[in-house]
Amino acid sequence: MKKTYKIDVDCANCANKMEAAAQKTDGVKNAVVNFMTLKMNVEFEEGQDPKSVMEEVRKNCKKVESDCEIFL
Amino acid sequence: MNKKQKKMLLRILIAAALMIALAFVPASGLPRFLLYLVPYLTVGYDILWKAGKGIWNRQVFDECFLMAVATIGAMALAIWQDGDYTEAIAVMLFYQVGEWFQSYAVDRSRRNISELMDIRPDYANVMVNGKLERTDPDEVAIGTSIFVQPGEKIPIDGVVLEGCSTLNTSALTGESLPRDAAPGDEVISGCVNLSGALTIRTTRAFGDSTVSKILDLVENASSRKAKSEHFISKFARVYTPAVCLSALALALLPPLVRMLFLDMTAGWGDWVYRALTFLVISCPCALVISIPLSFFAGIGGASKAGVLVKGANYLELLAQTQRVVFDKTGTLTQGTFQVTAVHPRGMTEAALLEYAALAESASTHPISRSLQAACGGEVEHSRVTDIQEHSGKGVLAQVDGHRVAAGNRRLMEELQVSWEPGEEVGTLVYLAVDGAYAGYIVIADVLKPTAPAAIQDLRRCGVKQTVMLTGDLRPVAEQAAGALGIDQVYSELLPGDKVAKVEEMLAEQNGRGKLAFVGDGINDAPVLSRADIGIAMGAMGSDAAIEAADVVLMDDDPQKLVKAIRIAKKCMAIVQQNIVFAIGVKLLCLVLGAVGLASMWLAIFADVGVMVLAVLNAIRVLFVKNL
Repeated sequence: MKKTYKIDVDCANCANKMEAAAQKTDGVKNAVVNFMTLKMNVEFEEGQDPKSVMEEVRKNCKKVESDCEIFL
Repeated sequence: MNKKQKKMLLRILIAAALMIALAFVPASGLPRFLLYLVPYLTVGYDILWKAGKGIWNRQVFDECFLMAVATIGAMALAIWQDGDYTEAIAVMLFYQVGEWFQSYAVDRSRRNISELMDIRPDYANVMVNGKLERTDPDEVAIGTSIFVQPGEKIPIDGVVLEGCSTLNTSALTGESLPRDAAPGDEVISGCVNLSGALTIRTTRAFGDSTVSKILDLVENASSRKAKSEHFISKFARVYTPAVCLSALALALLPPLVRMLFLDMTAGWGDWVYRALTFLVISCPCALVISIPLSFFAGIGGASKAGVLVKGANYLELLAQTQRVVFDKTGTLTQGTFQVTAVHPRGMTEAALLEYAALAESASTHPISRSLQAACGGEVEHSRVTDIQEHSGKGVLAQVDGHRVAAGNRRLMEELQVSWEPGEEVGTLVYLAVDGAYAGYIVIADVLKPTAPAAIQDLRRCGVKQTVMLTGDLRPVAEQAAGALGIDQVYSELLPGDKVAKVEEMLAEQNGRGKLAFVGDGINDAPVLSRADIGIAMGAMGSDAAIEAADVVLMDDDPQKLVKAIRIAKKCMAIVQQNIVFAIGVKLLCLVLGAVGLASMWLAIFADVGVMVLAVLNAIRVLFVKNL
């Protein structure tokens, strides 16, 4: 399953860091952060609940870049 | 400017003013330090705060952390040597100026580019209880009648019920020539109604309409990242730790070596300063920002020109195209039959055409339609009587009292007319009037007027080989290829053979050159997806083409292909310039910093300056008009 979320982040490198953090989160098959459109496309692994996975993704992103936001 | 940016600008200005003012304050020692601490904290408190959070989260290579270490280090050196505090403040100040500019520029270009692609209609006029009301297009059901006034955008795809007008399709196609719309015509969303009011019955929901599809596609395009984007983000991941470690080495090793082995003074202050300079240069943002920005601008610029690129990676591939394989019908030719030559015997061209058009007037075959079109529209059916179709041969009919036979060579042979075969390629219609041979008419698929020039231009922009695939007969194919200057032709192919041919060409291909396939998207979807880059042409309103292709040319002009490649090349050139320039300047600063020739001032100027120039350079991709 794929979903798109709106995000807020200030710099392009921070967006890259968020992408890496999201990709490492359990339950995420792949994640792409688009800095120019401020969107995050997340592909979830089979049978994962997007809501709880996204909470984790958000937590991990905040860890690498405290000034970011994912609008769930 | 948003609120965040305004606040930041204010802080920058206050800090700068304070710094200038402090230059005239005669203080020394601790009071001086405390005074200088005010502008430092004014401009940098959030960086310090974020750096603290970074340490908490064990993110040592966070750029706030680096900036904090660099500036606090510089402050400490200044206290120790009772020297100049301005340097640390200036570094923080310029770093913030850079961040501010970056956020401002990115915001601006984000808005510019979205405006460029803003073809989204805001409302649809629907009749509710006898009154015209503006409705959210999302809520309009299929089959509703909507009203579009002159000057308004058509919000949803549909069929014209009433009214005649001309439509401006430039937002979709980049083409300024208006199209006509009359009752019965299909119209697509995103066009602007120019002259008359139209009543349209919608045939699709808003979400499935052309305009929504296109927007979706372009917005998601930059999520498919190009190789250069991956390269730069990988580079950034390695670059920062590498520079930080070398900074550490620079601070410790040379002084120790000097002390222990060379019997010199350690010079700690000097080497620590150089190490701090390294930290300033270690921020990767200047490198990282310009690349996605360039691609985003490239995709935006292309869509303005009527070329939809489905991903940054395709822009990259497009720039490397060395072989272009064309489908013939509908791509290089117009895909419609036209009278291309008239050879009368014993009568005028007009008379021969008229006989032919009248005799064939009962048929709905494309040949009949092209004959009528050549005569200038509908003919008077009342002049024709006693029509007999001879299947596979032609027709016999009574026209104005004359017995007219129109058909192929077999009809002429059957009627035992003494006829001469024509030499042209195409469909030949022979005529006999009252049993005597009257000449023949050539009907053929015509080349698009811009096709030969487009093939020439392709070669000029780096395409090494052009190939044409077609299901047509060999003579037809070869004549077209000759007229166009195409290098290689494969004719009499079934749709399946086209895939096989493209696969064959892909297999023998080596190195960086890519193969692009250009089709009209109607029955070549498998080939489109098989080629390195599938390009669909004339896709306005054709979903299949938009789905299957990687690059979509909104109208059917082959010159658009040239334009697409030129935009891609320009974009890639700018990406390359930015990569080389940004990395080059950073490395140069590192070298100068290591030998002590670059101060922190220079380092931060270089950092911010490179970023500003790279961003401005990236914006240049947007200007695609004269390509």
